Amino acid sequence: MSPGTIAGFVGAGLVGLGLYALVVDPKPLRKLLAFNLIGSGVFLVFGIVARRGATGRFPFDPVPQAMVITGIVVAFAATALAVALMLRLAEETGTVSLDPDAGAKPDDGAEDK
Amino acid sequence: MTVFDALDLAIAALVLGVAAWTIAAREMFSAVVGYVAYGLLLAIVWVRLYAPDVALTEAAIGGGVTGVLLVVASKRLGRLPQPEAGPGLGLKLAAAGLAALVAGLIAAALLYLPDPAPSLAPEADRHLAQTGLGNAVTAVLIAYRSFDTMLEKVVLVLAVVGVWSVAPDRFWGGRPAPLGPASPDPALVFLARVLAPVGLVIGVQIFWVGADEPGGAFQGGAILAAMAMIVMMARLMRPPRIGSRRLRLALIAGPAVFLVVGLAGPLIAGSFFAYPAGFAKPLILFIEAFMVLSIAATLPLLVAGPPNGEGEP
Repeated sequence: MSPGTIAGFVGAGLVGLGLYALVVDPKPLRKLLAFNLIGSGVFLVFGIVARRGATGRFPFDPVPQAMVITGIVVAFAATALAVALMLRLAEETGTVSLDPDAGAKPDDGAEDK
Repeated sequence: MTVFDALDLAIAALVLGVAAWTIAAREMFSAVVGYVAYGLLLAIVWVRLYAPDVALTEAAIGGGVTGVLLVVASKRLGRLPQPEAGPGLGLKLAAAGLAALVAGLIAAALLYLPDPAPSLAPEADRHLAQTGLGNAVTAVLIAYRSFDTMLEKVVLVLAVVGVWSVAPDRFWGGRPAPLGPASPDPALVFLARVLAPVGLVIGVQIFWVGADEPGGAFQGGAILAAMAMIVMMARLMRPPRIGSRRLRLALIAGPAVFLVVGLAGPLIAGSFFAYPAGFAKPLILFIEAFMVLSIAATLPLLVAGPPNGEGEP
């Protein structure tokens, strides 16, 4: 096995776990958590590409590593935006659900905070 | 099997175990605490992959800042009813089958990666001396692929604009809701007072050594952001008013300075986003200093969310 393959399998496993939770868990915040698990699994798989690119002076290829760093920051930005949308949706509908029929109140739900 | 192989296997089992816990935990809060632990364990995996820069980023942003964001969100959502019932057994089995298939395909693909592996490491090494940097990852981020990094900073600004834009009109320009409880634990207040000055020094240090050692603008900026968030959670400082001109300048300083230097490239170095020979390192540190400021300002605002009237006294 080439170096880092174990970590690659962990990445594959994380994508699987995240995908399962993304499909079956109805709670929006849980879905977001699951999506982040998938993301970090993909980063880890890409980390193997970096590790396998070891040559000469470096035990890694710096280009994929730098792209993973950028990816982690962008994933955080997307997560923050999703949380803001989720909280606003909860304020509007008075419930935490992605089901379009779940909101019991009319759309002035933000007034009663 | 060496000690390191055994260590890798143990960490692999732990990471997968904690990840499974975060999706199985009944309480959202337990799941989020599991996710923070998961981020820290993942950082150890990155260290084992010879990626200390990624490990620092994962620990600070993937585990730490995302953890705070989710804790705050779960507290705010926790007050509302959650009327959902999970899907039936059939859908669960189908989802498990799909997930296992995808994971299996990725794992199989890893076994068939090309050998020898393609690598840009020799290229990165060849021009490293010209940048004046010793850390190849920093060189990729700020010199070789600087355009990507500049755009990534723009993404952060756009995310802040997106988060603010969901604020109701009447609260526009006000303060986001406070991060912590109304009367924070005295232990938390003490921690914030003791840790914040130390963390400030460590954050700046990690940015400064990032030119030659693991570290850099992201990692340093994320640590500064974490300190700002601890201080806000202890209610020693309120989230800033989003209409504040100084705050907005801090948010755009990083990408703006980066863009100006990049556009000046054709005049001073012959092409866009190029640095003049012999003057690359001071210019890179100059850009990075403003990026640290912008990251330290952006991350806490993304966590604090839009102003919703709760932040006003």
